[in-house]
Amino acid sequence: AQPLSEWAFTRHRLYFLTIGLVLLNLPCGSYTEIPPKPPGTVTVLPPVTPAEGPQAFPDAENSNLPVFTMNYARIQVPFEVTLWVLLASFAKIGFHVYHKITFWVPESCLLISIGLMVGAIMHSVHEEPPAVLSYNVFFLFMLPPIVLESGYFIPTRPFFENVGTVLWFAVVGTLWNSIGIGMSLYAVCQIEAFEVQDINLQENMLFAAIISAVDPVAVLSVFEDVSVNEQLYIVVFGECLFNDAVTVVLYNMFNFVAEMPEVEPVDVFLGVARFFVVGLGGMGFGVIFGFVASFTTRFTSNVREIEPLFIFMYSYLAYLVAELFSISSIMAIVTCALTMKYYVEENVSQRSCTTIRHVVKMLGTISETLIFFFLGVVTITTEHEWNWGYIMFTLLLALVWRGLGVLVLTQIINPFRTIPFNFKDQFILGYGGLRGAISFALVFTLPDSIGRKKLFVTTTICMIMFTVFIQGISIRPLIEFINVRRTNRNLETINVEIHSRLIEHTIAGVEDLCGQWSHYYWKDKFLKFNNRILRKILIRDNRAESSIVALYKKLELQNAMEILDTVSGDINAGSSIVSLQYVYPLSHSSACFLSLSLSLSRSLSLACSLSLACSLSLSFSLSLLLAFSLSLSLSLSLSLSVSFCGLVTLSVSLSLCPPGCLSYTSFHIVHPSSLTHYPFNLNRSDGYLRNPEGFGLGSIYQG
Amino acid sequence: MGSTNSTLSKIPNVEELVQETGFTPAHIVRLYDRFEALDKEKTGHLRPQDFGAINRLAINPIGDRIIGAFFSPGQETVDFHSFVRILAHFRPADKKRPKDPSMPEPVNSRTSKLKFAFQLYDQDKDGKISRAELLQVLRSMLEMQVTEEQLESIADRTIQEADLDTDDAISFEEFRKSLEKVNIDHKMSIRFLR
Repeated sequence: AQPLSEWAFTRHRLYFLTIGLVLLNLPCGSYTEIPPKPPGTVTVLPPVTPAEGPQAFPDAENSNLPVFTMNYARIQVPFEVTLWVLLASFAKIGFHVYHKITFWVPESCLLISIGLMVGAIMHSVHEEPPAVLSYNVFFLFMLPPIVLESGYFIPTRPFFENVGTVLWFAVVGTLWNSIGIGMSLYAVCQIEAFEVQDINLQENMLFAAIISAVDPVAVLSVFEDVSVNEQLYIVVFGECLFNDAVTVVLYNMFNFVAEMPEVEPVDVFLGVARFFVVGLGGMGFGVIFGFVASFTTRFTSNVREIEPLFIFMYSYLAYLVAELFSISSIMAIVTCALTMKYYVEENVSQRSCTTIRHVVKMLGTISETLIFFFLGVVTITTEHEWNWGYIMFTLLLALVWRGLGVLVLTQIINPFRTIPFNFKDQFILGYGGLRGAISFALVFTLPDSIGRKKLFVTTTICMIMFTVFIQGISIRPLIEFINVRRTNRNLETINVEIHSRLIEHTIAGVEDLCGQWSHYYWKDKFLKFNNRILRKILIRDNRAESSIVALYKKLELQNAMEILDTVSGDINAGSSIVSLQYVYPLSHSSACFLSLSLSLSRSLSLACSLSLACSLSLSFSLSLLLAFSLSLSLSLSLSLSVSFCGLVTLSVSLSLCPPGCLSYTSFHIVHPSSLTHYPFNLNRSDGYLRNPEGFGLGSIYQG
Repeated sequence: MGSTNSTLSKIPNVEELVQETGFTPAHIVRLYDRFEALDKEKTGHLRPQDFGAINRLAINPIGDRIIGAFFSPGQETVDFHSFVRILAHFRPADKKRPKDPSMPEPVNSRTSKLKFAFQLYDQDKDGKISRAELLQVLRSMLEMQVTEEQLESIADRTIQEADLDTDDAISFEEFRKSLEKVNIDHKMSIRFLR
């Protein structure tokens, strides 16, 4: 009863806070974000409100010094932005109070619902919501963080193993969908009963291009919590990121064509050529910026505080430059993140690495929250045109064409895959094609020469709601019901890593034996190129590190943290982790965890710890030695460590251990600058440790 | 096709091979062509030197072990049947095959694949991967990247993780258990051998 009432109280507080915030936001609607609105948008003119905040003493004749003034106009825009962000975030907090809900209903749905409510409130008081989903704001500010997050945390190894399938589905699949839906809709339009005969073929194709693209925001928010098998996940994931190239080309092409009276064959060829420019150009820009970013971080050892900045700036630059040339900006930023991650994480310090990961995640989450929230809000406040026939047929055709597309495409590509997709996988692949905010933003910016623009807007919103709500909610029970192959994300043991590498070498060898090329050949070639040339240029401290060694270090570090956290009172376990002790020159940069050995003996009644730290250098490097000597009998251990100019650290440890004492320990950490920040409460090894992924490590999902 | 049939007739006991390994005749022909290409002296058998002529296999860290896996103990040459039988390990598993306890384990089942991998470690064939054997494999895979002490620590940790009966070696059952969550069929299959 106690916790229940407390909980109820917290809930009530949350409600009040949320309602308070909403009310506070009401007067703000009309002035936020005044971007150049594309002509002919359907927004209602905002009611006139005084241009400045209330004057202090408006009718005061004398000129005494005002004690209390208010100047709202000055802070208006940032203030409102902050409030909206807070409101959306509070909604997010609110959901997680109810654990069960977030399990069954994806967050995107909940956010849209809250947005709908807020939109209803705003509509009833005739206020305009801020134009967050307008073209410029959405594509320049809201979308990049999400795509950066997806690109940064892609599991690279499965991605490269499946890159053919991903591109196949992204390109051919989207084309199939667009053309199929467009044609069928045109056929539907011919039916007189629906009264939509004025939509011609070009407009239908344009609309189809907009709604056929699977949306990364929606898909990721749903698939994140549902653990399907890795192959499926990476194909859906990759498809939604890489179909942007096709969407951009089709959208521009049909937009261009819709304004022209007739289409020439030349335009079709130009369209194809443009596709290659867009796709390859996007990837090319991404790779270039990725390399430049890696190269820059090679020199940032003295400016650690601004290291994360480079990541963000370069990715954003890649995005903007791609937008400048109207090529696929999503692909640019994704490839930039992919390229950058591997090299940058070796160059920057551990703290910067953690910061980068954390900030990327945070920005992505905020963006996603805001997008869904405003999707709900704007749904209510735009003008709609409803047409049963058109909308229902669109929903139906989208499903049908996607299903057909997946079936046909899988049949063609299965022979080329090592693990073919079975029917259950295909079903989830088809069913997981959610549409989202990108379609919405695109449809909003359709030129007004298209007569039925409102109908398109309404249909798009219906499509989004349908896929996000119905498909999003039902996909989890469906996956369990049809028993799709799931994945186990917890594969980090040293055994698995070593044996996997052995198997890889074996397969490569046998393939050579059979005279067969496969992607192992290319992978090998690339790795050699990487080691010989790229790493030398882009990484400051070029020591090639096998994934086995990297994983070993990571696991040891995790164990050390866990054990340190549980050292207390009665500990019974007598596990021992073997120590690595080696000495070799360290450069300042790498947060290299040298050696760790720790063992606990039984009956820790007397924990006697002796630590001696001695540093002899100008660059403040500390070497910390902790020796735990525990047991009922006597054991003496003495350690001395000396560091020279932060470069070389020598540690000598002597232990006298009479029989009966179970073990002794010595614990070394050497890192020049961030020793004090090896927080011993870093007990969550959830991927925020620098993850030495490289190209060799098995798929380790972050977080 | 004409060439297929003529090649097929050159291979003795084709039907037996097809039965045993599950390869189609077309695959067997392809493998026979490869066998002949490797067998430069046309003796009908392959010797270790023939394998060594494959450049990329020579620089594979465990290339010599892979080659060694083809030769049964005591034999110095490999004939075509043994060649195909070993390669059959790498076929993707047939999902449709019913589990028939009376039939011997198919060559490309998960267990057989695991056994093959196990034998790559266990060179002395005593049924266990000892610490020394593990160290040898690690050394060849990690080459010059790590020091000897690091290697020993990694080997120790590996054994400690997998070793359930504390005999300081990894038996086949422990090996299998440590890989229970890994999709071996995916990792140890070669696409074209379906």
